[in-house]
Amino acid sequence: MSERLQTLLDQAFPDARGVDVVDRTGGGDHFHVTVVSPRFQGLSLVEQHRLVYDALAEPLADGTIHELRITTRGDA
Amino acid sequence: MSELSENIQRTIDDEPVVAFIKGTHEQCMCGNSERALQALRSVGASFTAVDVLPDPAIRQELSVLSSWPTIPQVFVGGELVGGADIVQELARSGELEAKLDEKLGDSWRNGGEERTIAVSDRRDPFRLATS
Repeated sequence: MSERLQTLLDQAFPDARGVDVVDRTGGGDHFHVTVVSPRFQGLSLVEQHRLVYDALAEPLADGTIHELRITTRGDA
Repeated sequence: MSELSENIQRTIDDEPVVAFIKGTHEQCMCGNSERALQALRSVGASFTAVDVLPDPAIRQELSVLSSWPTIPQVFVGGELVGGADIVQELARSGELEAKLDEKLGDSWRNGGEERTIAVSDRRDPFRLATS
C-alpha cells in the first residue's frame, strides 16, 4: 500500500526533491507522508497539505487511508 | 444548503476557536484529534469542540464546506487553520498565537476554557418558520 501512495505522490509532484511514505503501524492504513517540493514555496501550510490531499484523494475516499500525517517543505 | 450544513457553517462563523474532533474535549477518541487539542492547550487558547462521531453526515458536510478531507479540523475566526499536523507545527513555531492574535485580538487569552457542543446547538431559530 505504501507503494501506491508513493506512486500517486511521485505523479503529483514530479519536481519533488523528496517523497517519503512511512507505514506507521505496519497495518497498511496509518501513514506519514513527507513531500519536499519547490511547488510549496509561497503557499500556506493549509494550501500545501491540500495539494497532498488532492494527490491522495482516491485512497482517502475509498477508506484505504485510515489516518494520515503530512509533512511538507518547500525547500528549493 | 442542508440545515446540517448551515449549522456547521454557523458554528464555524460564530465560535472564535472551534475544533471538529472525534470525541469530546474530555474524552477524545482519536490520537490526531488529541494532538490538535493539546496544541491549542499549549498556547492557552480557549476552544469549543464539536464531536463528529454521532453522525457521519457531520464529517461529510464539514469536508465539503472546508475542502479538507480529514478530522480534526481547527478553525480560528472562521478560517481553517489546519489539521493536527499543521496546528501542532504552528503551536511549536509561535505562529498559532500570532494567528489567534490576528483573528481574535486579545479575546482568546481568557483562561483556556474548553467545552464541547453539538452543531444542532447552532440551529437557526427562524429557519423552520421561513423554509
